[in-house]
Amino acid sequence: MPGFLLPSATLLAQSILSGIFVGALYGLLGLGLSLSWGLLRLINLAHFAFAFLAAYLCYQLATMGMDPLLTLVAIVPLFFSLGAALHAALARFELSPFNSLLVTFGLTGIVEAVIQSIWTADFRKLESSYGERHFKIAGLFVPLPELVTLLLAAGLSLAVWAVLRYTDLGKALRASAEDAPIAAAFGINRRRNALLLAGTCSALASVAGVCLALGFTLAPSQIYAWIGVVFAAVMLGGLGRALAPLIAGIVIGVSEAVTMAVTAPSWAPLVSFTLLIAILLLRPGRAA
Amino acid sequence: MNAYPLSRRTVLGAGVAGLAAATGLAQAQGPQPIRIGSTLALTGPLSATAQIHKIVGEIYIEQANKRGGWLGRPLEWVLKDDQSKPDLARTLYEQLVTVDKVDLLMGPYATGAILSAMGVAQRYNKVLVHHTFGVPSLVKYEMAFPAWSLGPDPANTVPNTLFDALAAGPKPPKTVAVVTSKFPSVQFMSAGAREVLKKRGLTEVLFLEWDFGNRDFGPIANRIKDAQPDFVWVGAIGLDGNLLLDAMRKIEYQPPQHFYLYPSPGPLVTLPEAKNALSVTIFEDQPPFINNPGAAEFVKLYHERAAAAKLPDISVEVQAGASYTAWQILAAGVAGAKSLDERAIGAWLKANTVDTIQGKLRFNGPGNYGDDLMRIKQVQNGHWTVVWPKEFTSGGAKLSAS
Repeated sequence: MPGFLLPSATLLAQSILSGIFVGALYGLLGLGLSLSWGLLRLINLAHFAFAFLAAYLCYQLATMGMDPLLTLVAIVPLFFSLGAALHAALARFELSPFNSLLVTFGLTGIVEAVIQSIWTADFRKLESSYGERHFKIAGLFVPLPELVTLLLAAGLSLAVWAVLRYTDLGKALRASAEDAPIAAAFGINRRRNALLLAGTCSALASVAGVCLALGFTLAPSQIYAWIGVVFAAVMLGGLGRALAPLIAGIVIGVSEAVTMAVTAPSWAPLVSFTLLIAILLLRPGRAA
Repeated sequence: MNAYPLSRRTVLGAGVAGLAAATGLAQAQGPQPIRIGSTLALTGPLSATAQIHKIVGEIYIEQANKRGGWLGRPLEWVLKDDQSKPDLARTLYEQLVTVDKVDLLMGPYATGAILSAMGVAQRYNKVLVHHTFGVPSLVKYEMAFPAWSLGPDPANTVPNTLFDALAAGPKPPKTVAVVTSKFPSVQFMSAGAREVLKKRGLTEVLFLEWDFGNRDFGPIANRIKDAQPDFVWVGAIGLDGNLLLDAMRKIEYQPPQHFYLYPSPGPLVTLPEAKNALSVTIFEDQPPFINNPGAAEFVKLYHERAAAAKLPDISVEVQAGASYTAWQILAAGVAGAKSLDERAIGAWLKANTVDTIQGKLRFNGPGNYGDDLMRIKQVQNGHWTVVWPKEFTSGGAKLSAS
């Protein structure tokens, strides 16, 4: 095993902060996936493709002079419609969760090909004023794009949690996921709610996409680079929960960052997936 | 109704006339093309770089056909998409030989795919000229010829060239951080750099490795900053360099001197924080490289085609240079052997030198590698500029340090 070293306090604190920021992105990407998997029983791999499609649209609009965050005004409704339309199409076939995984994997490939044909396979980096700005708080550097991602992830997770917990719509969604026939017997319009939820999940993916565009270099094949770790965050948090992906994402992000700070960076993925395996062994019900 | 019955003689006559006309037509169309088969990673994670090879191949075929082809026959390129998958590359090369029955093979892009293609070429005794194979010690096939002139022992020679350049520069480093991807063709070069720096009496203050595809470079940037090296060797491939530079910028850190092994050339050069970043090259679109035969014409055509293909970076550097060289090597082999006989082509290449845009290449060393022609380049004023060795610099360019 590579040498373990005691990092300086600044190095450790900066690494933890870096882990929180990247973990927030894991959580934001995982939020829609978790809701779709837990409440609609659809394992939507196209969620990642939608996030990258949104990232590229943000890049395109921003290079045409639009503020990257303002692009959300156009992108979010677009992806809400796209997600609802996809769900309407998939619902006709009454797919099992496993089959939904296969179908949306195929769809991911199609979206990747579309992205590549429009923006080519080359790397694209959104140059914006956000990327240049950062603050220094108590000796620690806080980059603005990452801070925006954290705030959006926390805000959206809380909002979704509040909707699911306190509104009739949220209760209806949870009831449908729990026992659809009984929920329907109580007058819940399952189809309408499912379309609404699927649209919301895609809209959340598009917000994550804008955050990706703000902080990362884009390439079509990068779609697949996020799947493993975001799935880990979703399963670690438990399915259909709003706050859990964010918390699990931050746990994974921080554990990866601290591993990189104290030992070899190549051990980082091992730590996050070991965490996942340990949780699944100790609490197997979380992925059900 | 008046019918005209067809006699057997009439039918036979018409048939003979038709056959004669068809033969005449075929002769008028000219000789059969020489079919050259290859794959490229047109989709998948390696597709960004493979696009360069596709453009170069198209340029070469077009140029060659304008000059009358090879052996008086036009060229036809049978290109398949290996999707960045070495296992698929193997299947497709097998298909090219057995189903498409191509006359010659050209190598694919990327070490893994080249290794797969090499196995097929060996099985069918075909010559394989390859573009950018990163681990020369893995070449065990006698009819495989490299277009990327990094010599048979790059893990030793390339770091030595780099440290020679640094030693002759304005701030020779005393302490070095080696941080590297574990990508196979990169990791062994970084291991070589560690050996070389120790032999040269330099102190290694940090050594880190990460898995290919790492997303978070924040902690790595922090550790480099903490180690305070005079020089950072980054075993970078693809976007690693950009991501690390981004992470360094976020903590207001600029390494005094820094090197990136195989970065994506376009994206890196555009970053303001990449100022004075060093890398290696075998060809750049600047003198003296463009003085080599055919280089200036190729560079001009590549600029036009890359711009038309909307590539963000249209400069000609390592990938495009190696790719064009590969076609030149195969052409020289065919011309030298005066036939498409694979054994004869291989024998001719081993026994002769080939004039390419990289310079004169020989193929008589281990794994058919010749000299290490890797030069050191640096980002200066937003462009890659060759800074070492002196005879390959242009306009008095010198290595700069922050």
